[in-house]
Amino acid sequence: MTLAATVLAAEGAENPLIPHAYELVVGSFAFLVVFIVVGKILTPRIQKTLAERTEAIEGGIKKAEDAQAEAQRTLEQYRAQLAEARQEAARLREEAREQGAQIKAELREEAQAEARRIVEAAHTQIEADRQQALAQLRNEIGRLSTELASRIVGESLEDEARQRRIVDRFLDEIEARPEAVR
Amino acid sequence: MTPLVLVAEDNFQAPGPSIFDFPPLYDGAPAWLTKPVVFALIGAILVCALAWSAFANPKLVPRGMQNIGEMGYQFVRDQVARPFLGKDAERWMPMLLSMFFLILLWNLFGVVPLIQIPVPSHIAFAIVFAVTVYVIKIYLGIKHQGLGGYFKNMMFPPGLPKPIYILLSPLELVSNLILAPFTHAVRLFANMFAGHMILAFFSAVGFWFLFEKLTPLGSGLGVVGVIMAIVMTGFEMFIQFLQAFLFTLLAAMYIGGSLHPEH
Repeated sequence: MTLAATVLAAEGAENPLIPHAYELVVGSFAFLVVFIVVGKILTPRIQKTLAERTEAIEGGIKKAEDAQAEAQRTLEQYRAQLAEARQEAARLREEAREQGAQIKAELREEAQAEARRIVEAAHTQIEADRQQALAQLRNEIGRLSTELASRIVGESLEDEARQRRIVDRFLDEIEARPEAVR
Repeated sequence: MTPLVLVAEDNFQAPGPSIFDFPPLYDGAPAWLTKPVVFALIGAILVCALAWSAFANPKLVPRGMQNIGEMGYQFVRDQVARPFLGKDAERWMPMLLSMFFLILLWNLFGVVPLIQIPVPSHIAFAIVFAVTVYVIKIYLGIKHQGLGGYFKNMMFPPGLPKPIYILLSPLELVSNLILAPFTHAVRLFANMFAGHMILAFFSAVGFWFLFEKLTPLGSGLGVVGVIMAIVMTGFEMFIQFLQAFLFTLLAAMYIGGSLHPEH
């Protein structure tokens, strides 16, 4: 082979820009075979698979998005429920406060009425006591006056000074008595 | 296996274009049965086999080869098809993907030990793809824009001052109908051709100065040759990928241009 090449080289190389006819034929045949097998049979398969993969990935993404949307919806639902519960609680608190205030007002009114009743009862008692005291006093005054008069009459009405002394003494006596009316 | 040009002389001779000339595989074989032809066919079978193992029974959750295959598919779809074809990208993926995979594997044969010949370093293989794309481009252009419309859109892009067209129209015509397919094929071919030549050259330097004629003075040069051969192999792999990508990219661009002319 080396010998043959050497011989060819000695004859001068072929022009590399001139194609061999048989190589054109073989090249065309080779390309045709590859085109049929790789291009026509295999490429559509991988294209189909790639399209399916894209679809699968997009499907997965879609599913994830759906799940997320579902979660979002649930969350919003919970939030709404929570807000509702809060509102309810606030309403109940408000109601309780109102009721409390009402009860307090009622109690206060009752207490005031009771107080008034007690005060009135006390007044009535006092009035009764006073009336009693007055009546007693009136009796006492009559008796005392009679006693005083008998004393004055009993003593000889000698002079003015004596009379005055008698009156003073009498009054002192009255003052010294425990049942004296003030 | 690569027929290095080691002529029975004492002087080092750099490998020339003749390293791309292959005789029939064995004595008495038909003239067309050469190394590039055999590896072109093996490459085609290998592409089919690899693609089959990746895409024959694709799963929703990819495993093993399907991951690698999908990387290739998505690379072509996102970097090549979609930017130029937009919503038509999926429709043209079969052709673009076949083209990209086959050219990539054929290119990579250039650095695979024992194979070591990028198949498109023979221009015929590049021409096959370029002509295919060219025919599709013209057909689609006329189909979608009408015969007159296609040439009008090609030669008279709107929005330019009138006198410019005198200069521009012939240029556009030549560029689109003659130069584009030519450069499309030659770009791939020439890159693979030159890359292979560079690798062969540095390998030959290393082999010559370290094995054939080992001298104290020449051994340093031989080491440089080996190191450069290794470095350039890495670089060549990048170029091989880049050219497969670029070829497919241009194919998508031409097809896209025919489907949706610039307004």
